[in-house]
Amino acid sequence: MTAPVALEGTGLRVQRGGFQVLDIPALSLSAGTVLALIGPNGSGKTTLLKTLACLLDPAAGTLAFQGRPLASRAQREAYRRRVTMVFQDPLLFDTTVRGNLEAGLKFHGVGPEPRAARVAEVAQRFGIGHLLERRARELSGGEAQRASLARAFALRPEILFLDEPFAALDPPTREALLEDLAGALKETRTTAVLSTHDQMEALRLADTLAVMHQGRIVQTGPAAEVINHPADEFVAGFVGMETVLWGTVTGCGQGLFQVAVGTQELLALGGAEVGEAVLVGVRPENVTLATQAETLTSARNHCPGTVTRIVPKGPYYKVELDCGFFLTAFVTPRSLEDLGLAEGRPVVASFKATAVHVLRRGRNSDGGGQQPEVSQITLF
Amino acid sequence: MDLIWEGIQKAFQLLWSLDPEVLGVTLLSLKVSVLATLISLVIGLGAGLTLALNSFPGKRVLLALINTGMGLPPVVVGLFVTILLWRSGPLGLLELLYTPTAIILAQSVIATPIIAGISVAALQQLPADLRLQILALGATRAQMVWTLLKEARLPLLAAVMAGFGGVISEVGASIMVGGNIKGSTRVLTTATVMETSKGNFDVAIALSLILLLLTFAVNAALTHIQQRNRPQ
Repeated sequence: MTAPVALEGTGLRVQRGGFQVLDIPALSLSAGTVLALIGPNGSGKTTLLKTLACLLDPAAGTLAFQGRPLASRAQREAYRRRVTMVFQDPLLFDTTVRGNLEAGLKFHGVGPEPRAARVAEVAQRFGIGHLLERRARELSGGEAQRASLARAFALRPEILFLDEPFAALDPPTREALLEDLAGALKETRTTAVLSTHDQMEALRLADTLAVMHQGRIVQTGPAAEVINHPADEFVAGFVGMETVLWGTVTGCGQGLFQVAVGTQELLALGGAEVGEAVLVGVRPENVTLATQAETLTSARNHCPGTVTRIVPKGPYYKVELDCGFFLTAFVTPRSLEDLGLAEGRPVVASFKATAVHVLRRGRNSDGGGQQPEVSQITLF
Repeated sequence: MDLIWEGIQKAFQLLWSLDPEVLGVTLLSLKVSVLATLISLVIGLGAGLTLALNSFPGKRVLLALINTGMGLPPVVVGLFVTILLWRSGPLGLLELLYTPTAIILAQSVIATPIIAGISVAALQQLPADLRLQILALGATRAQMVWTLLKEARLPLLAAVMAGFGGVISEVGASIMVGGNIKGSTRVLTTATVMETSKGNFDVAIALSLILLLLTFAVNAALTHIQQRNRPQ
């Protein structure tokens, strides 16, 4: 059964200084799903988010929330009280963390008791319970963004708009917060639109991707579809450089874990739970090819397969392989010649456990309800 | 030195004895300047909010005019308010010239651009997306404005202090529209000018000290409000 449409935009156009900065003929957001807007800086992601959140009036176009058009000012204001937005800058008020978490609830007229309960709930969810009495301006960047997310979740929004919420954070902080946000979105089944220029972030959180370029959505669809079948050169250049595969964790120990991908078992670094559905990514520059399995090597993953296509890429070739799953490798013309690579030739692809990027999609392993068939996703 | 010392002694004598005339002048000064500051706060803050939160043609010209107004010479204000309230002037019928109301009016004209100019700067220095963030949290327009004012409270209180400082200390406009009438429109600054011109330096010093104390007390109270919730 398809999810009902939460928000629909038609013919959205935004102009700035006489120039058209946004032109979206049609956009639809299904309830309970997460849409990621990805694209380079200046591609119109933030403008689209603000337009969808009714924080910016478009020069043309209409929005419909749960099938009802947001035509009048009153309708738009009422809609704005049912959604919320988190910005890249946490934009906390100059008061305590508790004061910040309560702010939106006060705007909504929530009484003191339910307000305190909601604050406690979101503070616990985002791990900031011990910071409630601290002044917001004294928080670190990561803590401030946690408070900002908690403030938004406290409102129990029907749609949550997130404008590059992790862009200003260092990688470990971002990683921890990403995990908490993924968990919160999944548990609360909140419909969300996220803008990011980080494809990994998008894959981790979103069900659907929309690639933006110069104020337009150049491609939209399920993540695997966008990544596997880029609509044009821009999308291919922006998302098409790594192999991403769905897999299931089959074992772990000694800091390594084993992921079943198609007919192969891959070894990766890190921690995941057995049975958990994960996305694993391998960059083509990390894949080496050999005509037979090398006996002594530090690479832990060796996948026998067949060359299906060789694509010249200027100074190197992209070799596409069928190893029971789709895999790509970059090789130099000299290697291509030495190995005698040609379509149909059997090879062994090797890569280290440290070269396997693992994307955990929230902590819950629900048997891979979201997991498509063994996919061939080329990304980055 | 004797002159100064005698002045200081006289000042404390006048203060200690609660001289009715000095007390009257002091209270009138306080009343006139506080009322003028409050009127300027309402108009100046309104103008500041309008300018900071909206875009419209001519906004820059208006901002330039307000910034110029921040340095309005009190005597020029005094001249125009006098003409306005003169018996044959546009508001002559109201018979306000040489009344405390006339001083309040003139002082409001002086303080309004000061408060408006600083308010615009205070509100514009807030992050550009803060207004949108407040609206995104479900605030009505009134709640949004109130939250912005709270966020800008430090520089906004500085605007109030600057406005009050500008009017409590001015003399030109007060003497022109008030006339320094004993028991009616005599305020601390005009009385100081008069006593100095008469050579009564001790009284002039006493009045100056009271003026300084008054200014300090009001600004200390405002500073306390401004700083009470600041992190150390």
